Amino acid sequence: MTALLTVDDLRVSFPTRNGPTEVVRGVSFQLGRERLGIVGESGSGKSQTGRAILGLTPPPGKATAKRLEFDGIDLRDASVATWRSLRGIRISLIMQDPKFSLNPVMTIGRQLIEAARRTSGRAEAKDRAVAMLEAVQIRDPRRVFDAYPHELSGGMGQRAMIAMMLITEPDLLIADEPTSALDVTVQIEVLRILDRLVTERGMGLIFISHDLRLVSSFCDRVLVMYAGRMVEEVKASELAQAKHPYTQGLFKCLPTIEGDVRPLPTLQRDADWAR
Amino acid sequence: MSLIQVNDLVVMFGPVAAVRGVSFHVEEGESYGIVGESGSGKSTVLRAICGLAPTSAGEIRLDGKVLSAPRHPDFYRRVQMVFQDPYASLHPRHTVDRVLSEPLAIHGFKDREARIEQALEDVGLGHGFRFRYPHQLSGGQRQRVAIARALILEPRVLLLDEPTSALDASIQAEVLNLLDRLRGERGLTYILVSHDLAVVAHMCERLMVMQHGQVVEELTRARLQAHDATEPYTRDLLLASEGYRPLTARA
Repeated sequence: MTALLTVDDLRVSFPTRNGPTEVVRGVSFQLGRERLGIVGESGSGKSQTGRAILGLTPPPGKATAKRLEFDGIDLRDASVATWRSLRGIRISLIMQDPKFSLNPVMTIGRQLIEAARRTSGRAEAKDRAVAMLEAVQIRDPRRVFDAYPHELSGGMGQRAMIAMMLITEPDLLIADEPTSALDVTVQIEVLRILDRLVTERGMGLIFISHDLRLVSSFCDRVLVMYAGRMVEEVKASELAQAKHPYTQGLFKCLPTIEGDVRPLPTLQRDADWAR
Repeated sequence: MSLIQVNDLVVMFGPVAAVRGVSFHVEEGESYGIVGESGSGKSTVLRAICGLAPTSAGEIRLDGKVLSAPRHPDFYRRVQMVFQDPYASLHPRHTVDRVLSEPLAIHGFKDREARIEQALEDVGLGHGFRFRYPHQLSGGQRQRVAIARALILEPRVLLLDEPTSALDASIQAEVLNLLDRLRGERGLTYILVSHDLAVVAHMCERLMVMQHGQVVEELTRARLQAHDATEPYTRDLLLASEGYRPLTARA
């Protein structure tokens, strides 16, 4: 398997009054054309990892790595021009809440065409925009095309955003909690769209989520993060047999419909995990 | 006689009917769940019981008596609510001490000092947390403060609106255990609203599934655990809560 993305010893730090604080501490992985899950609790550095790959670490934060390569391109000191040719075209990012990621005063159609124009001509862009809305299972693409973001429900907005991120047919998609704001039944539909893109188009997917159960059922491999570190990398199907006590604890403390364990086992944190 | 009875409740916001004819009853000491997706009206039912949403038609009874609007102060001695977002439901410029002493002052309690200490003890926060501000607490600690605030008046009923959905999984387990323990110790009655079937299955003996402001069906925990749902919508929810499965693997 040739690696689409190679990350070696990625570190993200933010200056604070007490000197720089590292929020991502030495994350390394390789990604092929597969579904990779990154799981962790809030503050574990999972979102910062996703942003650092795209060079979107918010200032004054700094991201460093021994290697950060996408398809043979070194991303560490990529020029503005290089980034422009990658972001949104070959690497896309889907964020959690469509309310904050769509432009409120532009119709969905105009936003889609703006994205599509980066890789195709004007006439073609509109057809592709409508086709893309259909591809993300929007039943009435014409209506959504002319709608403003506030006229759409959360699930519809998220699908429109996914359409926008995928219209350029990226090789790598970073999805940061793409379904957390959605209802469970809509969530499954959105995952199905992503799943199809990976299997049919051979896209690489990094799926960032706090939901261990969802990730284990959707992804191929899972990285578990704790306090900025990767504590474990497991095959998704073997997550229930994970070795690290943190992963085990995180998995066991979830209530299940069938289970009747009470009190629920809680997570006993060990200071060594963060070291 | 049931402790809480809701008969044909309708809640209108202008021309929009958020709740359209919902009836259920909750026995003393029972934990009752309401499950639904966003916009199903589940939180509105809870807010209507509490008097935070208007009762447009139908009635809500507590101990057999129809509740008046606005609610009598005594109502809040018996029924208290815990909200979803502990980041939003605590006043950012009030210390934990002030948050807890306010309900005591309103209801004219005398032994405030002892009650505050006891309430903090009960939710597993020590004395050290008493003079902190919300920003000095983690999400789980804030939700504990919110639970302490609700319990300080020694109510019989707690209305829980998604009490753990803003929390990490490991913290969720701690808060659910706390709620479970408090109910066992004090014989509290819970009405718990959640979008998470697993949380409701864990916490509640009976539950109601809502969609578009109406009741889809009522289930017992045993039937939920056996996946014995009659309505297609409930079955969809059950299936979705198991996680993702590729289309081909689905019959």
